[in-house]
Amino acid sequence: MSQTNPPPVATEEAPSDIAVSVRNVSKNYGDVEALKDLTLDFPRGELTSLLGPSGCGKTTLLKIIAGLLKPTSGEVEISGKPITGPGPDRAFVFQDFALLPWATVLRNVAFGLELRGVAKSEREAIAEKYINNVGLSGFEHSYPHELSGGMRQRVGLARALSVDADVLLMDEPFSAVDEQTRRKFQEDLLTLVHEENKTFIFVTHSIEEAVYVSDQIAILLPRPSRVLEVIRPSGFRNKSADSIRRDPEYLDIVDNIWASLRSYVE
Amino acid sequence: MLNRPNLLKLLSAVIVFGSWEIAGRVPVSYSFPTFVDSMQALAVLAWEGTLFTAYVETLKPLAVGVGISTVLGISLGLWIGLSKFFDWLVSPIFVVMQAAPLAALIPLLVMAYGIGLTSKVFVVCIMAMPVIVLNTAGAVRHTPESMKEMCNSFLGTRLDMLIKIIIPAASPLIFSGLRLGVSAGFIGAILSELKITPTGVGDIITYSRSIADYPSMYAAIFSIILLAVLFLNLLERTEKTLFKGNDLGYVSD
Repeated sequence: MSQTNPPPVATEEAPSDIAVSVRNVSKNYGDVEALKDLTLDFPRGELTSLLGPSGCGKTTLLKIIAGLLKPTSGEVEISGKPITGPGPDRAFVFQDFALLPWATVLRNVAFGLELRGVAKSEREAIAEKYINNVGLSGFEHSYPHELSGGMRQRVGLARALSVDADVLLMDEPFSAVDEQTRRKFQEDLLTLVHEENKTFIFVTHSIEEAVYVSDQIAILLPRPSRVLEVIRPSGFRNKSADSIRRDPEYLDIVDNIWASLRSYVE
Repeated sequence: MLNRPNLLKLLSAVIVFGSWEIAGRVPVSYSFPTFVDSMQALAVLAWEGTLFTAYVETLKPLAVGVGISTVLGISLGLWIGLSKFFDWLVSPIFVVMQAAPLAALIPLLVMAYGIGLTSKVFVVCIMAMPVIVLNTAGAVRHTPESMKEMCNSFLGTRLDMLIKIIIPAASPLIFSGLRLGVSAGFIGAILSELKITPTGVGDIITYSRSIADYPSMYAAIFSIILLAVLFLNLLERTEKTLFKGNDLGYVSD
């Protein structure tokens, strides 16, 4: 029952090519310590999940990596260079989609490029391509309120992909869509990680989701936030999308994570 | 043309004008003319050209006042919404302005600025500006946080944030402030003509009342209401063409 520290399952040597590295980051809101001396590496070309109960500071950490929040101390390096704010090397996918309701799908997807000063015809050509990639062709001239939740998040994803950043930061991107859409998204995400040579950092509170999509899972504990352990599932990564959920290793990892987190859930 | 909404509009016009006609025929009061009499008087005023010369007079303080209130009101509102310090410094003025009984302030305005155009423009501005300023400021403060973060994370500048996020997101409330402000401005324009010097439409109203030509008086009142309604409709159309999709709410709703 009180198995608070299960032995790490299926851990392999961490790869040496690190895309994002968080060094001794602390973040205080007044007297509240949201993050305390947190150190974590994100390997290039892989998907790392930040998993933990609510209030564990996973979104805070993601926003610090994005440059949207300044850490109280410590620093974040992208490919070895410390960051000072948002940069062209990172793109963000928002939990509530953060689409412009007065703009069409096309303009929303091209909006990141628009802010970078890319010419209209060029950015729309790029946006068209990614709208197509996420399966929304035909909806270019629809407005967000005409789309379902899942389709809106595809727009958010296409916007993040179209700026061609090395690092994709996803803040609980599937939490506002329904269960079936979420499953489809998770499968699509596996393909995306495989095809695009990008580093994904994925915040979630769903253990199953984290284990299903991740190359590496960082389990965070709350108040103040710290890394409990880093798990690297290896056995089922190359299996087909449908058989992962039945893989014994997948089920074991899900169980172990729950065992170590349950005492922190109030 | 005669679809359901238009039919309903026609029906409500028939009901309102019909009851006006009946009330005039009863008569509710000796000083209450029938609808048909009022419309005849309106036609006569228009035919003689009195109505148009009157509107040239009335529209001067109205147009200048509404113009100043719109431009200055929206800019001040944006500034108040963006800066806490400026909010502390300026917004009490507009709260007081909104609460102040205007008719009581008119003698002060006349003492300070005389009986000319300036005083009338002031009256229009005092009526129209506060709601425009306060609505704009409130809307700016409530720009969805994730949209601002989105703009930042995709490397938008502060100007991008203002022009591409904050103003469009605030536009429904800015426009509702404009609608309220403009209709208050119409009230202000007529009030100034009744309280300061009788010119324009206010003159027609005052003069017709003094010679007991009630149909002309109601014709003048009717025409100003009609103008205000038409102008508000124009504003609504402008908003719909400028910010298509915005009227159906935010996606996160």
